[in-house]
Amino acid sequence: MANISMTVNGSEVSGDAEDRTLLVEFLRNDLGLTGTHVGCDTSQCGACVVHVDGEAVKSCTMLAAQAAGSEITTIEGLAGGGDLHPVQKAFHENHGLQCGFCTPGMIMAATDMVRRHGASLDEATVRTELEGNICRCTGYHNIVKSILAAASEMGGAQQAAE
Amino acid sequence: MYKTNYHRASSVEEATSLMAGADDGKLLAGGQTLIPTMKQRLAAPSDVVDLRHIADLKGISVAGNQVTIGAGTTHADVANSAEVRSVCPALADLASHIGDPHVRNMGTIGGSIANNDPAADYPAAMVALNATVHTNSRQIGAADFFTGLFETALNDGEIITAVTFDAPEKAAYQKFPNPASRYAMAGVFVAKGGGGVSVGVTGAGSDGVYRASDMEAALNTNFSSDALDGTSVDPADMLSDLHGSAEYRANLVKVMARRAVAAAS
Repeated sequence: MANISMTVNGSEVSGDAEDRTLLVEFLRNDLGLTGTHVGCDTSQCGACVVHVDGEAVKSCTMLAAQAAGSEITTIEGLAGGGDLHPVQKAFHENHGLQCGFCTPGMIMAATDMVRRHGASLDEATVRTELEGNICRCTGYHNIVKSILAAASEMGGAQQAAE
Repeated sequence: MYKTNYHRASSVEEATSLMAGADDGKLLAGGQTLIPTMKQRLAAPSDVVDLRHIADLKGISVAGNQVTIGAGTTHADVANSAEVRSVCPALADLASHIGDPHVRNMGTIGGSIANNDPAADYPAAMVALNATVHTNSRQIGAADFFTGLFETALNDGEIITAVTFDAPEKAAYQKFPNPASRYAMAGVFVAKGGGGVSVGVTGAGSDGVYRASDMEAALNTNFSSDALDGTSVDPADMLSDLHGSAEYRANLVKVMARRAVAAAS
């Protein structure tokens, strides 16, 4: 048992947890942030993707202790105030989900993808990079559409700001 | 997962002493194999020693022809390295196809070769590039490093610090990934350098990664896909499981080798 501290969605948090506690368990059970889902629990489905120090990782495949001292962003931390994050908005507008179980991981993966590729993101890259995120409802079509829409909006906004 | 004690090392020396003090310790690099294995209770180390925060183990440097990659460098960093891409694009390409983007952000080259999964990608490149594995106590040539399925020449508690190799003139890696797991069912790394052609094969051999010496001989005479027509892969030396028979893998090795030679640049 150790006291684990990290920054989650901009706030300093800490909790006592066993060393074997997974990051996703710490987020869900200790911090009550149940937006991050556990789908397969075998590192394959990507429903648990969060950002650790700015990079997308599978929170079911990392100990909470490994993430101590890091900055974590979960799906709960994406929206600013009452406004959805552009990627969330794009999933909403393009019907990028059906049951919604994979959606938190999809959106965290998509946000990371858009950050790395910007407006140059194309469909082939989106489909390749969704390799670590499994959706059993949509056939991916509207997820890809949502990510491309978000990339175009966010990339356009970035260019306008520059 | 069974109970374990987590330790974070800030230097290789500290990691060594933490391992020495552990009952049954395991080194934790990116954890993309070790954590799932512990979750399935296939591994139950008393202690894990986290190497991810040791700055000395990370980074890529290229001096002339020689490439040095710190053991703690992630697959994403190798894939995105402009330096690696300029001198050995085949290795950056290999790294960009390991696992998925999230796994690549955590998994490391040192962790991959220390685990020596028979279907891992990096071991094929290491043997084909004649890489040297540097540890905290010695240097080991790739040919002597990989000793069998999940087996290496590493001693208990020995820590890989870096790998080095001379960039080849031409190289390429081609793999046929398992459609579900994305691990290689056959992966072939072909490199052509000053010392001739070398061919490393992963995913297929029943003893893990190996050098295909008859293919090398054929390619040293004529570096073209057609030169491989006269070579054969013995199914008796291949893995056989529910994903593919030994005969299927033997054929795949040849197909991937042909593609790798054609792609080598």
